[in-house]
Amino acid sequence: MFGKGILKGFSVTLRHIWRTYWDDLRRGRKRYNTEEGIEYRRSADVEGLFTVKYPEEKLPTPEEFRYIPFLVYDEKEDGSEQIRCTSCGICAKVCPPQCIWIYQTTDPETGRPRPEPMEFYIDIDICMNCGYCAEYCPFDAIKMDHDYEIASYDRKEAHLFDLEHLMKPASYYAEIRPENYAREEAIRQEKEAKKAAAAKRKAERAAKADADSE
Amino acid sequence: MSETTTTLPSELVKRFPQKVKADERDGYEGYLVSSKDLVEVATALRDELGYDYLSSVTAVDYIDDNMMEVVYHFYKSTGGRELTLSVQVSRDKAEVPTLYEVFPSADFQEREVWDLLGVKFTGHPDLRRILMWEGFEGHPLRKDYKEAFYQEDTKPFSNRWPEGEIYRAEDKNPFGKNVVYPKGFSSPEGVDPEVDAEMYGDLRDLAGAHVDDDGLATDFVTVNMGPQHPSTHGVFRMGVVLDGEIIVALKPVMGYLHRNHEKIGERNTYLGNMPFTDRLDYLSSMANNFSYAVAVEKMLGDKVKVPERAEYLRVIMAELTRISNHIWAIGFLLNDLGAYFTPTLYATEERELILDIFEATAGSRMMCNYFRFGGVSRDIPEEYFVKLKRLVHERLPRKVDDLDRYLTDNEIIKERCQGVGVLTPDEAIAYGASGPVLRASGVPYDIRRAEPYGIYDRFDFDVSVGYHGDTYDRYLVRMFEVRQSLKILEQAVRDIPEGPVILKNPYNVRVPAGEAYGRTEAPKGELGFYLVSDGTANPFRYHIRSPSFINITALEKMCVGGKIADAVAVLGSIDIVLGEVDR
Repeated sequence: MFGKGILKGFSVTLRHIWRTYWDDLRRGRKRYNTEEGIEYRRSADVEGLFTVKYPEEKLPTPEEFRYIPFLVYDEKEDGSEQIRCTSCGICAKVCPPQCIWIYQTTDPETGRPRPEPMEFYIDIDICMNCGYCAEYCPFDAIKMDHDYEIASYDRKEAHLFDLEHLMKPASYYAEIRPENYAREEAIRQEKEAKKAAAAKRKAERAAKADADSE
Repeated sequence: MSETTTTLPSELVKRFPQKVKADERDGYEGYLVSSKDLVEVATALRDELGYDYLSSVTAVDYIDDNMMEVVYHFYKSTGGRELTLSVQVSRDKAEVPTLYEVFPSADFQEREVWDLLGVKFTGHPDLRRILMWEGFEGHPLRKDYKEAFYQEDTKPFSNRWPEGEIYRAEDKNPFGKNVVYPKGFSSPEGVDPEVDAEMYGDLRDLAGAHVDDDGLATDFVTVNMGPQHPSTHGVFRMGVVLDGEIIVALKPVMGYLHRNHEKIGERNTYLGNMPFTDRLDYLSSMANNFSYAVAVEKMLGDKVKVPERAEYLRVIMAELTRISNHIWAIGFLLNDLGAYFTPTLYATEERELILDIFEATAGSRMMCNYFRFGGVSRDIPEEYFVKLKRLVHERLPRKVDDLDRYLTDNEIIKERCQGVGVLTPDEAIAYGASGPVLRASGVPYDIRRAEPYGIYDRFDFDVSVGYHGDTYDRYLVRMFEVRQSLKILEQAVRDIPEGPVILKNPYNVRVPAGEAYGRTEAPKGELGFYLVSDGTANPFRYHIRSPSFINITALEKMCVGGKIADAVAVLGSIDIVLGEVDR
């Protein structure tokens, strides 16, 4: 019969409409403006309305989500900020669109490079959020951020992030990427323990050698 | 490399002992032919040796040898490895006879080579620029061409580290001062109408009065569809000559989104190109990653080994991409047919759920940048693997059934699509169509079967094929392929082993000198990467055989004789993405 296919199709759209209202009725107020509701709307069970009312509601960002790099610094007990970056330049070399500029610090007395950046710029207009800098950094010093709301009125200066703008504490990093942070900390502590053990052994050996010579 | 040369079909050398010789450079395994014998050899390849599918035409500028090498990749439409044919000509007088008559699929590709590399194809009926604009000076892919914001030949640039001196390129070389015009070309404002007429090519000859069968004198009308037209899926333009409602001639005009991806690629390092491939067909970045990884891994050979788990993750991601791409394409085909946005939005829902998995695994929804040479960048999180399983086993099959029930039997869709935009199997092969377009025409050619890559030889799935070659069959083939992808996914999530996803992930990948052509079955068709390495950290040549670009070679063939309204549907059924067409 001509028109049977169309009617069958309409049954699909009709069911879609009906499910939307049914879902709303069944789930009541919980469906909107709650974390549970947002989670439901991005699950495999969702029927009916699918959308999230941004900016009132926001989708949670998964841990691996990446948007614009930042530099991690450790907060020392005395309150000082210890930047992890050693200005080795791997991020600047691996960066596909070349949006990273680093000026290495040189010691004014010896003239040798010191392992920290004097200037560090990222032009976020050029950055393509590929995440290579974070992936290949051997010091866990540069990481990808989760903050995607960076619209601004100025196209020039506001989009050129300098060292001050880029630095964020390790606690912030631990907050947005808990699993990565925990993994990296474990490796770091293991390394430090090994280092300490090696130093201890060395000291013991030296002490023993001293005792023997005496 | 020399071992493989001997195992390759030497029938060609046997057939033309004087004219064809094997390429003996290190890392090359094609055949060399002189430009005067090219047409004869290519014809014999097609008619006698079964290499009836000309997949890719490109050229390499060997500036140190003052040589321009035009490279052709032929395949048998029954499956198997490629046959590479190269023609070497002098750089100063780069002229090669056209293969347009033998392989119509060379049409746009030869124009592209002329446009970007300045190789003249003698005998080509319409050798105009295709990606660059008419007032452009020079051939940008030549090695001595320097772009407006040129800094250095290769990345990384020296002013980034250790003494980073920051400035914006546009401040040093402001817009307006960065363009060179050819001689006699005043400015874009002063475009000569002749130039515009040339843009329409042979359309110009058709415009004018003619007498139809009933003795009625009518005018042909030239209509310019696009570049800003909702049905062209982006900035794509068709110059159409109409007799009433019937299309008499059609010429695609493209390049509005051209950014010379290949030049950027040659400046980049090998690894640096991976995120750039995301931006080709931006709806299926995982598939682009896959293809590029396959090409580079082909060059690296034994140096790189992909762990089992990574192989499975690659297949999972590629098939998820195919599903999201196909239902998206179906949704937008319906948009083009006038079913505004309801089917599209139904498709979007499932796509969103797939993108959630990409985001949690790769870090980004669309620009995934997930593949590395020798694996993938990271493992899929546990909770998202559970989500993926539920998607594959429960939600997607149900929703695909829904979409099927919604659309497939719809009489209006049938009326609009059946018998529209027909492409016969012979034509499809000749025009170099690939992917769903080729298969809908009755050619059961799927690279996952014809020349398996990765671990596709382990999965049980059917190659979808249509028999009418019309718009409706292209729709059906996509529907069927989604189901087959689900079948592959079910096997993949069942069999995926535990283990590492990458063994070594160095940032400074070096590739041995030579050439390679790696291709995969991307959602839109055969996506190939042709790479030439000179042993340094940056590719010497980086060419993309993009399925969207080559599939529209057959657009004119499909549309002529049909109605103008159907051209919209036909274009929708080819499923192009302009990021990939224009590159």
